[in-house]
Amino acid sequence: MMPLLDVSVAEGLVAQSASILTLDNFWLSALLKILLCTVMLMVVSLVGGYLEHKAMGHLQNRTGPMEAGPHGSLQLVADGIKFVQKEDIVPRAADKLVFAVAPGVALVPALLGFLVIPIGPGVWAEDLEIGLFYALAIGSIGVLGILMGGWASANKFSLIGGIRAAAQLIAYELPLILAAAAVAVQAGSLSLVDIVESQATMSIFGTPVSMWFVFPQLLGFGIFVMAALAELSRPPFDMPIADSELVFGYMTEYTGIKFAMFLLTEYGGMIFMSGLITVLYLGGWQALPGVPLPGCEAAAGISDCGVWGTLLGVGITLGKIMALVFFMVWLRVAYPRLREDQLQKISWLVLIPLSLVNIAIVAIGKVAL
Amino acid sequence: MSDLDTSEKILPGTAPAEDVIFQLEGDADFDTGEMSLSIGPAHPATHGVLRVVLDMDGERIREARPVIGYMHRGFEKLAEYRDYRQIMALTNRHDWLSGFCNELGVALAVEKMMEMEVPDRAQWIRMLLAEWNRVLNHLMFIGSYALELGAITPMFYAFREREDIQFLLESATGGRLHFTYNQPGGVKIDLPKGFLRESARLVDETRSRLSDYVDLVLGNEIFQARTKGIGALPPEVALAYGVTGPTLQATGVPEDSRVTEPYLKYGEIDVRVPTGDNGDSFDRFAVLLGRVEASLEVIDQIHDHIGPGPVNTKLPKMVKAPEGFTYVRTENPLGQLGYYLHSDGSKNPWRFKMRTPSFSNVQVLPYLLEGQLMPDAVAILGSVFFVVGDVDR
Repeated sequence: MMPLLDVSVAEGLVAQSASILTLDNFWLSALLKILLCTVMLMVVSLVGGYLEHKAMGHLQNRTGPMEAGPHGSLQLVADGIKFVQKEDIVPRAADKLVFAVAPGVALVPALLGFLVIPIGPGVWAEDLEIGLFYALAIGSIGVLGILMGGWASANKFSLIGGIRAAAQLIAYELPLILAAAAVAVQAGSLSLVDIVESQATMSIFGTPVSMWFVFPQLLGFGIFVMAALAELSRPPFDMPIADSELVFGYMTEYTGIKFAMFLLTEYGGMIFMSGLITVLYLGGWQALPGVPLPGCEAAAGISDCGVWGTLLGVGITLGKIMALVFFMVWLRVAYPRLREDQLQKISWLVLIPLSLVNIAIVAIGKVAL
Repeated sequence: MSDLDTSEKILPGTAPAEDVIFQLEGDADFDTGEMSLSIGPAHPATHGVLRVVLDMDGERIREARPVIGYMHRGFEKLAEYRDYRQIMALTNRHDWLSGFCNELGVALAVEKMMEMEVPDRAQWIRMLLAEWNRVLNHLMFIGSYALELGAITPMFYAFREREDIQFLLESATGGRLHFTYNQPGGVKIDLPKGFLRESARLVDETRSRLSDYVDLVLGNEIFQARTKGIGALPPEVALAYGVTGPTLQATGVPEDSRVTEPYLKYGEIDVRVPTGDNGDSFDRFAVLLGRVEASLEVIDQIHDHIGPGPVNTKLPKMVKAPEGFTYVRTENPLGQLGYYLHSDGSKNPWRFKMRTPSFSNVQVLPYLLEGQLMPDAVAILGSVFFVVGDVDR
């Protein structure tokens, strides 16, 4: 049993570990937390998008955007300005209210997800006792917006895209949750901060070791990454968009700022899922397993850090997130698209049984060691 | 106010019934019948303006009807008002990816009618450029087929290879797509200095790069899962529909005009005809890659055979084919191209009929698409290689 958990169980449902954003002034700290989520969605996602543009370009024997800003770094900002200026076209047969609301329904969960992702020692908006549960639940609401958009567009390609997205979600939510459950079992907590800290303070036969969960749960890591890709509709699982079949899937009829919101949802989702993978499997803000951050005092040198330790921790988390984004881009460049029924087969016949095996192995290991 | 803005007339939720495409009113009335889906004429998968109307049950296709003619440009009629040298510039446009091979067919037809002797060197040059044109065409389809299956990268690399080859052909013909290099009795001018050396270098380079496509696209597990067993075409059906080229060869029929009815100097060299076993999308793509390889082998042999000499014959001011008719068939990159030329002895053809491979290949689509899934429809559409301009003429 980890000593850290005994403390956390005694605390209430909300805010067990203090965030450095929690100040005496309630409004000021709320503002800071909102700012953190917004920066994660608006700035980090755009950096991820820029990385996608450039990495894809260089992997495909071209340069990617070069004109807007130094090396095209402001391309997505320029795109955003362009989207705002565009005419907002609504198909005549569309369900206008649902059509208008759908991009927001997709975007808001991507924003809310960042509420519980710890990106550095003490740098998180809220450390919920049920953080992992919350993150997975919020993440699956986004598909509602996609389904709404697909349905309301009154376009057959959009409808097929929306239905595919929903089918994909149902198939891949299960392995995603089962893989994450194994992590929760090993960490003994659903709080994402606890999960990071327990990756530094594991003990095997009473000997403290620092081990990221990717090592004991390589199987679960693989399942989680695959399910996350499918849930995000990222290639090779981008059947809901499938530009060569469905024109642009559920986004076909969207223009201007609404389209930009869907696009931002995609990039935001990528950052959110990468953040979740980093926290669950890759040790959060730890540089290397067992290497304490400079200036940190408690819990194997990963919390209660000074300014530099905190900044370094944030940098490490963001670096890991960007590495994962690069991995996703790499997959997009390298692989063709699967077919929807093949995807369902992989989920129900391979991933779900494997994730159950994974849970069993982890549970046995947890009891035995 | 623009025509598009009719939003005032229809309040939200009260759209007229004919505008409501999907209606759900209780379980009893839930319509799970067929849905008609029109792919094209402006759809990413139809590269061009082919339209395919699909009657679908969910994602399964009940019936497929190709609708052609969106790109009809009247080449056959236009040819009746052009002289034989001008027709070259028309024919390299109907299949814009095989311009040289198209104009070669016209040149052969006119020469056959005029009983013209074509110098050896001109024939070898024609073969050399026709084979490079074939490689150029196939690279395009290799890239675009992968793109249709969702792999975006091979397209960019295929274009890198194409760029080098186009540069080579441009050095001889001045054109990158529409070469207009043939003329009755030979080719316009001789090859530039160093052309053969550059061509030999490009053969090696293309060959080494081709192995990447075999490894990364053909060998990819997802690619195989998407194409193996999809859209299998039996040889007898293919022959009944008049399917030719790589699509026919993939069914196991080694039909290739260069071998079965050699023209130019193809009889003097070995032309390998790659064939498939099942005639499915995977085989069609594999045959396409095999044909590039085979074309490179042919180019190697041409380099050994090509010698010095004149490249054209002196033509009269007005080329006039004698009265009569002829039919010439050549192996185009996409299949068998036939030109039926009927002359009344004047400077223009009296009738100029084209038998284009894409037209026949598209005819087999209803057979192939029936009963398939929507994503497979794209995998099939892309692998029955066609150019829409070649379908509609």
